[in-house]
Amino acid sequence: MKERNKALDAGLNILDIVGKLVLIVVMAFPFFWMISTALKTLGETLLYPPSLLPESPQWSNFAEVFKTIPVGQYLINSLIVCVSVVFLQYLIIVPAAYSLSKYEFKAKSLVFALVMLGQMIPMQITFLPIYFMFSDMGLMDTYVALIIPFISNPFGIFMLRQYFLQVPSEVIEAAKLDNASDIKIMFRIMMPMVRPALVTIGLLSFISNWNNYFWPLIMTSQDAYRTLPIGIALLKDADTLQRWNVIMAGNLLLVLPMLGLYILASKKIRNAFVYSGIK
Amino acid sequence: MSSISLKNVKKAYGNDVVIENLNLEIRDGSFTVLVGPSGCGKSTTLRMITGLEAVTEGDVYIDGQRVNDVAPGKRDISMVFQNYALYPTMTVEENIEFGLANKKVPKEERKRRINEVCEIVGLTAYLKRKPANLSGGQRQRVALARAMVKDPKVFMMDEPLSNLDAKLRAQMRVELINMHKRMGTTFVYVTHDQVEAMTMADDIVLMDNGKIIQQSGPKELYHNPNCIYTAQFVGTPQTNILDGRLPDGMKLGFRPEKVRLHTMNEGEGINIPASVQTKEMLGSEIIYSLDTPYGVIMCKSEDDVEDGTILMVGVKFDSMYLFGADTMRRPLGEAERKMIAAAFREGKA
Repeated sequence: MKERNKALDAGLNILDIVGKLVLIVVMAFPFFWMISTALKTLGETLLYPPSLLPESPQWSNFAEVFKTIPVGQYLINSLIVCVSVVFLQYLIIVPAAYSLSKYEFKAKSLVFALVMLGQMIPMQITFLPIYFMFSDMGLMDTYVALIIPFISNPFGIFMLRQYFLQVPSEVIEAAKLDNASDIKIMFRIMMPMVRPALVTIGLLSFISNWNNYFWPLIMTSQDAYRTLPIGIALLKDADTLQRWNVIMAGNLLLVLPMLGLYILASKKIRNAFVYSGIK
Repeated sequence: MSSISLKNVKKAYGNDVVIENLNLEIRDGSFTVLVGPSGCGKSTTLRMITGLEAVTEGDVYIDGQRVNDVAPGKRDISMVFQNYALYPTMTVEENIEFGLANKKVPKEERKRRINEVCEIVGLTAYLKRKPANLSGGQRQRVALARAMVKDPKVFMMDEPLSNLDAKLRAQMRVELINMHKRMGTTFVYVTHDQVEAMTMADDIVLMDNGKIIQQSGPKELYHNPNCIYTAQFVGTPQTNILDGRLPDGMKLGFRPEKVRLHTMNEGEGINIPASVQTKEMLGSEIIYSLDTPYGVIMCKSEDDVEDGTILMVGVKFDSMYLFGADTMRRPLGEAERKMIAAAFREGKA
């Protein structure tokens, strides 16, 4: 009986490992393919059957990206948009989460429900009215049009509220007795206490805005305001022949900053999700 | 230094009235302890004085000035919380400095005051540490230093010692008494522990169900309780109450330490036949529980008697409290002595 159990355990173990490997391959292969293609010659990208690795890495593909599109301009636009969105989001979600967690006011739960409702309405429903509104206001091809629709973040409010709920009320009361204003309590006491959550919310929102393709596409028509994802997509239309190696090099340029950011902050993000309380 | 007074104060949460018509005077420079079982309204009272809790009705005065609408931070009050409520992301120094900085005290002056206070509470070596890296006792000191440094008119403490171990608690009690003497500020202290109340207070405010049962000095509270509740709240083991022997529902009370393990002369007191049920050795004293015809009574004595001994114990009239059917204290004169003597005539069960 024991022997059989051992065999079963070993079998399950192998299955477990194989399962995980399959998942890793499914997840990582497209990424690997992007890197590999980015370093191939145009000829290699069109080979059939395709080769897994380039014969010699073609770093010139990256230079080609810079020659084809104004990467610098797109990068600056992306940074302006993402940094502004994250900064403005903090200005809104911190006071919102603070009031929804530590203040008593009428219809508090209704307000909270409305905030959550905002999370549940899909962008597809709201983008048309917003588009017309912005178009009427002459906001097409401006940074404002790329920033304003994203500065509310119901998920951020929800997550931060959960964190603030765990901050003992006595700490806030002590600060009140220390003659601190609500603004000061928020920024000097509460925000440092929930730093992992703030980093996570900021990062997730930065990444989702960085990757945002649809909204910048419909709101911009000039290079001066286009963001990097739009720019990279333009690589596809730049020539009649699809230069997959250059397109993939562009994609790599698009993804690398996010990857670096995530690796740097991954510990903070994990901490935020397994957060167990402030002692 | 400041006096505090609460006039006709009511506190309700929705329809739930926690405190109804509370009138309280706290003397300038006194060490006043609000004591009572949990849920009696003592912490709520404290929080209404600090302004952390708004009064539903009535007025709060500090130094004769009505402060109902004054924000907590503007009342010139410091408070030490039960769980210390330190700012976890700030160092000890920043914790202490925060209140001063908010009061716009100049940097030089802040440094001087922080050093002075830390010298007093023995924190100088820990100024750069975060609260998480301090022991319970050290955190307590930071909380005290943070409160002291503001040089407040009133010093509030909400069960500040309950998270410390017994030895440290005894030590801190002495330190708090010294601190009060040195500062001369009005201290308001909340606890459910009668020992803390008795040892530290100039004035004890005993509360129950949102009402003040008795307010007096510790000695007065112990020797002259105004009702059964007070008599039983103060002192361990609690005051013996004999019910059902006296006419008109009157009750007889006496403290365990006043029970003598020998008989009294007629006219001096009463004698009760008893057998020793249990015996708790405390070292200097022994606590007995005695089985008597009137129920179990507790006795605290230096005399050593064996378990199971059958004996007569005596209680002097001078050590007795007489309570009416309404549990309030009644005067005990010559006529009452005779009545008690008759009711507890030797051996009469």
